[in-house]
Amino acid sequence: MAATADSVRETGSSMARAQWIGFQTIVRREYGRMIRIWGQTLVPPAVTATLYFIIFGSLIGSRIGRMGGYDYMQFIAPGLIMMAVISNSYGNVVSSFFGAKFGKHIEELLVAPLPNWLIVLGYVSGGVMRGLLVGLVVTGVTLFFTHVPVAHPLLVIASVLLTAVVFSLGGFFNAIFAKNFDQISWFPTFVLTPLTYLGGVFYSVSLLPDWAETLSYANPILYMVNAFRYGFLGTSDVGLGVAFAIMAAFAVAMFTVVVMLMNRGTGIRE
Amino acid sequence: MKALSIRGLTKTYRNGVQALRGIDLDVEEGDFFALLGPNGAGKTTTIGIITSLVTKSGGEVQVFGHDIDHELARAKSCIGIVPQEINFNQFEKVFTIIVNQAGFYGIPRKLARERAERYLRQLQLWDKRDHTARSLSGGMKRRLMIARALVHEPRLLILDEPTAGVDIEIRRSMWGFLRAINGQGTTIILTTHYLEEAESLCRNIAIIDGGLIIENDSMAGVIGKLNQETFVLNLREPVADPPSLPGYVSRMTDDHTLEIEVLKEQGLNEVFEMLTRNGIEVISMRNKVNRLEELFMRLVASRGAAGAGNA
Repeated sequence: MAATADSVRETGSSMARAQWIGFQTIVRREYGRMIRIWGQTLVPPAVTATLYFIIFGSLIGSRIGRMGGYDYMQFIAPGLIMMAVISNSYGNVVSSFFGAKFGKHIEELLVAPLPNWLIVLGYVSGGVMRGLLVGLVVTGVTLFFTHVPVAHPLLVIASVLLTAVVFSLGGFFNAIFAKNFDQISWFPTFVLTPLTYLGGVFYSVSLLPDWAETLSYANPILYMVNAFRYGFLGTSDVGLGVAFAIMAAFAVAMFTVVVMLMNRGTGIRE
Repeated sequence: MKALSIRGLTKTYRNGVQALRGIDLDVEEGDFFALLGPNGAGKTTTIGIITSLVTKSGGEVQVFGHDIDHELARAKSCIGIVPQEINFNQFEKVFTIIVNQAGFYGIPRKLARERAERYLRQLQLWDKRDHTARSLSGGMKRRLMIARALVHEPRLLILDEPTAGVDIEIRRSMWGFLRAINGQGTTIILTTHYLEEAESLCRNIAIIDGGLIIENDSMAGVIGKLNQETFVLNLREPVADPPSLPGYVSRMTDDHTLEIEVLKEQGLNEVFEMLTRNGIEVISMRNKVNRLEELFMRLVASRGAAGAGNA
């Protein structure tokens, strides 16, 4: 009996070790992909952020004055960093996973003894990695234009991590259902970008008319941008507890749904 | 021990196509097994289900005793698959593809690199290790997929038309490699449209058609069921009219070539005696098609005729 229990334990631990190696391999492959195509992954966000700071920060921002107690450029900086994190964590997973489906090399993972939750976790880690790296690049650009204080570093880290996880999972969800390249650009163009722009990146929602302000609270990105901004500037349009609860709820719900879809074989198995 | 055991396997696709209609199949450990059938017969669907790329509609599949419904990870660990279509990332380097695949199977990085080198050398791809996969020729891509399938040292290797589009020299070197792998104990299941390949390599065979196994026996047993062969005789002198060969069906395809159908109970000696009596000298002889191919065509054709009759 003891021998059986030992062998079960040994088998369990060797399987866990094999899964850990599998997970590392997916993350390493995603990192390799991101670095291999650095001209598409790391450079464009830096260029875009530079243009935002020149146009909205220096040219227009100087005429706007202060917002939330800070210079306009300081006010928009956390939102611009978060915008880059959102679009890059989403974009990394949707293009990588859909590319794997399209090129059929997703089969390399599907035939291997990896559980679906681990495959999802591997791709999401890749998305988070790119989101954070691009976030650092944009932060570097930001510091070239303005000084941004960091009031609560842990909140900065927690909010950017949760947001990157949520949007990496969003990219995975999109890639599962996408049947062609049009369908991986549809959601970012028509849903993600409008929600990001209307999510308080460039303004405080308190400046909006009542109806627009009320409507803005239905936009989950508003909570992410404001939680992140609070971490830097100590000012927010929304309650922090609500913001983190929403982000955590989205992360858990989306992970559950995505793993469920993978287990059902939606979009990946005949 | 059985490397593969399939019972009552069925698959109906969402569009209503019934690809498998209840197949039973056993492959013994260490076997070199051919799974043959015409296009659309259900070979790739069967392989897809074994490797979990296709969801079955019904039935049971066990790989070395591991049921894919209850011990999928263990079953997967036993299998290496070389698919019909190229399915690696064309932008990745050859060496990286192999090492990553080992990682997906939980092989530590150092060991993965050692094995990648070993298999790439054995398959004459080592000097291409730093090339991106898309720069390889068709034959190299096929060999890369074999190396990738072997890197976790599976007990069961499944090859779905591994030599399609590969020139004869590389095909024969791949045969030698597969024989060696099989000789070391790896069970191999092969699907191919080159029936000479199946006859040369495999010890046991199943023929699938219309989602059903229509023949399942040893290669010698299957070939033994062939009750008629067609021979092509090359004649030394031109012959204007077909010679008289009572009891045989024959025809001249040109004035130097005679085709003759010989039943199992008939003999070639009698044919040669009659040709000699007619003053016809034969300088060479060959089977019109490979024996397995002839049997395969007859089996599939007879099923088609029966199907037409039923309809």
